[in-house]
Amino acid sequence: MVRKLAGLVATLLATSFVIFGASYAAPGDPVTFLAGGKENLTPEYLAAIRAQYHLDDPFLVQYGRWLGDAVTGDLGRSTQYNDQVFDLLLARLPSTFGLVAYAAVLFVVFGIALGVLAAVRGGRTDAAVVAGTTFATSVPPFVIATALISLFGVQLGWFPVMGGGSLWHLTLPAVTLALGALAIISRVTRQAMIEQRELDHVSVARASGLPERLIVVRHVLRGALGPIVTMCGLVTAGMLAGTVTVETAFGLNGIGSLLVHAINTHDFPVTQAVLLLMVAAYIAVTTLVDLVQPLIDPRVRRRA
Amino acid sequence: MTTAIATLSPKTARPLGYWLSSAFLALVVTAAALAPLVAPYQPDAVDFAATLAPMSPEHLLGADQSGRDLFTRILYGARTSLIGPLVLLAIASVLGVALGTLAAWHRGWVDAVVSRLTDVMYAFPGLLFVVLIVAVFGNGMTTAVVALGLAYTPTIAKYTRSVALAECAKPYIDAYRVQGMGGFTICVRHLVPNMARSLVGYLVVLFGEGLMSLATLSFLGFGAQPPSSDWGLMVKEGQPAIVQGAFLPVLVPGAAIALVVVSFNVIGVRVADRMGVKA
Repeated sequence: MVRKLAGLVATLLATSFVIFGASYAAPGDPVTFLAGGKENLTPEYLAAIRAQYHLDDPFLVQYGRWLGDAVTGDLGRSTQYNDQVFDLLLARLPSTFGLVAYAAVLFVVFGIALGVLAAVRGGRTDAAVVAGTTFATSVPPFVIATALISLFGVQLGWFPVMGGGSLWHLTLPAVTLALGALAIISRVTRQAMIEQRELDHVSVARASGLPERLIVVRHVLRGALGPIVTMCGLVTAGMLAGTVTVETAFGLNGIGSLLVHAINTHDFPVTQAVLLLMVAAYIAVTTLVDLVQPLIDPRVRRRA
Repeated sequence: MTTAIATLSPKTARPLGYWLSSAFLALVVTAAALAPLVAPYQPDAVDFAATLAPMSPEHLLGADQSGRDLFTRILYGARTSLIGPLVLLAIASVLGVALGTLAAWHRGWVDAVVSRLTDVMYAFPGLLFVVLIVAVFGNGMTTAVVALGLAYTPTIAKYTRSVALAECAKPYIDAYRVQGMGGFTICVRHLVPNMARSLVGYLVVLFGEGLMSLATLSFLGFGAQPPSSDWGLMVKEGQPAIVQGAFLPVLVPGAAIALVVVSFNVIGVRVADRMGVKA
């Protein structure tokens, strides 16, 4: 447990170091790089940047100060919005969280259901699920997004095309985000169910005359839950990066589209902050999955 | 971005799908190569009289907001869209195979360092790493391709290492060593060529994925820049027209990407299956 936490902190430190050091890898003087576009380069502004990043200090001192500020919520000022980065993030986080949560509900419910269906029914249902999920993982999300907007947003007019806020607005983006994840989860579920089905305790349950429904839910699915939950966690964590594409495609105001905008306008403080946040969230979610594992599966508990 | 392929089941590759995919890809490659001969227009020929034209004999697949012929742009776009993944895989496989072989050959601390490095890279969504590189070195096709090449390196290194470990245990390696052949010569002349079969199978699987990632970057504005007719960029540029009810500028390049990636996956799974690759 302690080792795991130490590894966690080490990974976070390493990534924050890379994200911070990246500004030094850029061609040219870090001052002009951090200042963003060329039009910003007044001497006063450069002096402000120099002071804000303490660019005259040794590199490691700068890093320490930046990290300290970041931990206490001071992420610097955006060069484009002329606003505190922290406030920018705070304003956009709810939309992104809503999107990820919505998508997570969709892919967990439908992904597991499809996987169970494929494993239990077999035959044609199985083939259809496998073929469908293969196709879903082969189409990039932004293509799915534009296709959904064209069909359901404009042609049929069922969903709003622009703006955000309501659950209705988030439906198409959430479906897009969930589709790839759904494919992965249904495959993992199907595989785990098929493996579990061959085990002795299932045969015993079947021999003792339990109804098939009970066998599937209580014995097969219960045993298969470990890998399914692990994968659900990993996929949810990966979704944070997925919001970059989906929010851009749907014009949603979240941290994903903020990141894209920040890069296209050379707003490095915002880029750093969003990347740091995404990596931290990714690590947090994957760790959480590790911690939850023993609660679901007693076998893991005993081994630990 | 990287997990999807790993879960593909070999069962989906039926011979019919395999032949259809191969035929389609052959067609796309030929079309890309012969684009100047086949295409009815120039890819950047603007014609405002044809703005958002529907399908017609003049414009087989319609035209975009600037009246550029979509069929022509798709043909030319196939060039960037296929060469990009090729270059990125070349970068990734040179680095990845070198690292993986090095780790498997030397074992010990070299292996530990390489494995730790790949584990760290594996721990994050590859897109974030690529985005950081693009943010630092500026948008553009070259940056995007190199960044993705680096992002794919750990995947290939990890795979190469696992194959090389099994290969190194075979007696012929010891035989060369006993003959006094140097480690480098054995690796380059014998070890790597012997792994080539399974590596190629793996690379085919990765090609579709690389194309998808690169198109995504172009869509976000990080990769190909206008007036390129890269497929991802075409989708991005066609987006504003959707609300006007013109779907062709988005659906045509979108379908092109989807079909090519699906074809590569179908072929890749079959090739991997036949070569006994655990993709």
